[in-house]
Amino acid sequence: MSETVLVITEQRGGEWNRMSFETLAAGQRLAAELGQTASAAIAGEGIGVLAEGLTAWELDRVYAVEHELLHDYTADGYTAALEQLIRKVQPSFVLFPHTYQVRDLAPKLATRFNQGLISDVVAIRTYGGPIFVRQLFQGKLNADVRPVGPAPHFISIQAGAFNADLAEPGASKVEVFTPALTVSEIRQRPMEPFRESTGAVDLTAADIIVSVGRGIKEKENISIIEALAKALGGELAATRPVCDSGWLPIERQVGSSGQTVSPKVYIAVGISGAIQHLLGMKGSKIIVAINKDSNAPIFEVADYGIVGDLFEVVPAMVEALKPAMVARA
Amino acid sequence: MKIIVSSKEVPVRDSQLRIATDDARWIEDGDLSYEMNEPDAYALEEALQLKEKHGGEVIALCAGRIRASQTIREALAKGADRALHIEDEDIGSWDTLSLARLLAKAAGREKPDLILTGLQSDDLGYGQTRVVLAEILGLPHATIVMAAEVLDGRIRVKRELASGWFQNIEMPLPAVLTIQSGINKLRYATLMGIKKAKTKEVKCLTARELGVTASATATIERVYFPHKAKQTQLLEGSAREAAAKLIEKLRFEARVI
Repeated sequence: MSETVLVITEQRGGEWNRMSFETLAAGQRLAAELGQTASAAIAGEGIGVLAEGLTAWELDRVYAVEHELLHDYTADGYTAALEQLIRKVQPSFVLFPHTYQVRDLAPKLATRFNQGLISDVVAIRTYGGPIFVRQLFQGKLNADVRPVGPAPHFISIQAGAFNADLAEPGASKVEVFTPALTVSEIRQRPMEPFRESTGAVDLTAADIIVSVGRGIKEKENISIIEALAKALGGELAATRPVCDSGWLPIERQVGSSGQTVSPKVYIAVGISGAIQHLLGMKGSKIIVAINKDSNAPIFEVADYGIVGDLFEVVPAMVEALKPAMVARA
Repeated sequence: MKIIVSSKEVPVRDSQLRIATDDARWIEDGDLSYEMNEPDAYALEEALQLKEKHGGEVIALCAGRIRASQTIREALAKGADRALHIEDEDIGSWDTLSLARLLAKAAGREKPDLILTGLQSDDLGYGQTRVVLAEILGLPHATIVMAAEVLDGRIRVKRELASGWFQNIEMPLPAVLTIQSGINKLRYATLMGIKKAKTKEVKCLTARELGVTASATATIERVYFPHKAKQTQLLEGSAREAAAKLIEKLRFEARVI
């Protein structure tokens, strides 16, 4: 086994997925703690320039996994190609950014090595070997997970868990790796990715956002939150489950599958704070959480918090804002 | 067409979690209430709608404690035709790989056209057991599926990609799909459905019968509440007092409103 931590980076249509560099930073740190080197790989067709770009980092080697059948991502094609690379390199750990593509690919790949994937890791610690911290119960709890059995171990890193700016620059070389792939082994036929037209609501420009989660219980109650947004002169936003239920239009969704916002103040009402939501709003200047569960993960990022019943607190806030409205008038 | 819906039971969403006092590797779960993992409920709904369109059979598959028969009955009441229950009181100790092997043994015997499941569980959230299941059964798969359309011997799915992008993919049947939450409207069980469910077949299986043993590729060493990234000022008092304090803080301390 070679002593290297292999980081699988991600591109689509020649564009980097920026999470690749966060994972690079994680991989370098893990390698340093293990006394090993870090290496990186990138797969696709015509990825020479991107692979060259990776040589500017402190890495033992950059593997350019190049094949015409890797032009579009398919689970079958990418699994077969990366399996061959991993058998050749024999890394101790394989790290991925926890992207949509990795969720589709990495569990399948790990199975080829009789391994599980330790997915969505938020931190790495060492005592008696590396420990990977991941979230349970939608971020309410953390778990320390230790990989067991023979290498390689497969890990995916959550967005924002590591700082891409801390990736060590250096110099390395590209090694082109040509996997053996046949058309017939790729069963998925992918078509061109597309965007669905979204409405005109641009939450990214708002200074004040009042956002609502499942705690609102039903559509009829949205008006309570609307009243607060209006009293503050802010925009109304919501979590994915609220939009999925049709209580607010999808154009108002904040989170990894919606808009990413950074207003002056973000008031999260009845939002527990699942990571998918936090990713869309944690850059806000001031975060306020109103939730009945004091253990809700939203309080981990909140500057101000009220542990209480939103159906009492929110109308009281609207009431408290009233004198100012009169004064302004 | 024969569709298997693989689901699990998880603690209800609002559960107040406590770390187990005798074993910090898991939560105190004796007094929690359980429900069907919500993403799996959407997978069940998708399966029922496909059956309504194309005919055939929906089989609910669940590996869990005896208590999980509650969520299995719920699936039957909503319209699943029969169920497979892999009973194991210690199912929490199975890692994803061995759990997928267990499910693969039970599902493979049925020779389904399609296996559907939610995209991840609300408790562990690994989001991989059914991708692994597909690999073990040698079937193609697609994850985070927003829509599925059965063609002649093939299936076309709409996958969600990051930041508002989507992609259609076609693949041959049989296949495994993980379904995104919220893609359809969940039905309620009717009174008639609940009544009928009592007469439907639930076949109980065990790991021993299926010839699968639990292995571990990773172990949870401890669970704990996360450290706060920020110092949160908690505003206390009655709702009215707390609300007034908050507005004052936002105005004069943070100066954001």
